[in-house]
Amino acid sequence: MESGNVLITGIETLFNWARLSSLWQMGFGLACCAIEMMAASASHFDMMRFGVIPRPSPRQSDIMIISGTVTLKMASRVKILYEQMPDPKYIISMGSCSNCGGPYWEHGYHVLKGVDRVIPVDVYVPGCPPRPEALLEGLMKLQEKVRTQSLSRA
Amino acid sequence: MSMDQQAIQTRLQTAFGDQIGEWHEMKTSAYATKYGSYLDVKNVDYLRDICLFLRDEADLKFDNLMLLSTVDNGDKTLSATYHMESTTHRHVFALKVTVSVDHARVPSVTGVWTSANWHEREGWDMMGIEFVGHPDLRRILLDEDYPGHPLRKDFKVPDFYHGMKVPY
Repeated sequence: MESGNVLITGIETLFNWARLSSLWQMGFGLACCAIEMMAASASHFDMMRFGVIPRPSPRQSDIMIISGTVTLKMASRVKILYEQMPDPKYIISMGSCSNCGGPYWEHGYHVLKGVDRVIPVDVYVPGCPPRPEALLEGLMKLQEKVRTQSLSRA
Repeated sequence: MSMDQQAIQTRLQTAFGDQIGEWHEMKTSAYATKYGSYLDVKNVDYLRDICLFLRDEADLKFDNLMLLSTVDNGDKTLSATYHMESTTHRHVFALKVTVSVDHARVPSVTGVWTSANWHEREGWDMMGIEFVGHPDLRRILLDEDYPGHPLRKDFKVPDFYHGMKVPY
């Protein structure tokens, strides 16, 4: 190395930094929250500055943003998509519908009352729909969570 | 030339006589009178013939089925309402048929207006009206194995669906 620099760090810190800086997102939306998610991806809010790149396949994704109403018909598909993602994988539940059923909590014969009934959720973003700022806040909360992960502890 | 709804109704009564029921006029506004009034079809079996008549007669020419909706009346009867318009004569008309919950069978009008296809599938999915003669009567929104028809008044949400708890 002619002009190589040396960086001394812990392996966990390095791994976590790499992971939280490149949380590739699965490119899929379920309902109106997806419009806000797309707005967050667009130039005004520019989610890509956090390293969030939409991927067309669950095999290449690190996070899945459940952006909208999870119907009973979609719930099994969401579960399959989650299982197809490689570890480590994270879930952001975006909006009231995927948090707890939202406006469909009582008469929603077709709605799953919270996506956490089928897959584990890391961050819940409240709102109906949440503004892009709120989604970015949720994303930063997730980054904080990834930053404190350990390789030896689950 | 455009016909008013009274004239259309008279036309149907002369052609089909007793198979036609009463005329219900909604009078709250001009808009409601135009789109909210309907003619009861007494004999459900004649529905397809009446629809063909409305579509094919030169002075009627109802070539567009605007809406096919279904209602649970809450007294053990289900209704289907047919809103139609003529794009050549610029007039509108509505028919309504009522059947009992235990024998919810209505002839399909998909052969008359192709646009009725998905409307009838929705009527089957949500209200459980069987449209006899429909070429492909599957559920349109819910899963094929969903228990029951959710817009019926006596529908109860299942406790579990595919192992997922449904009530809040």
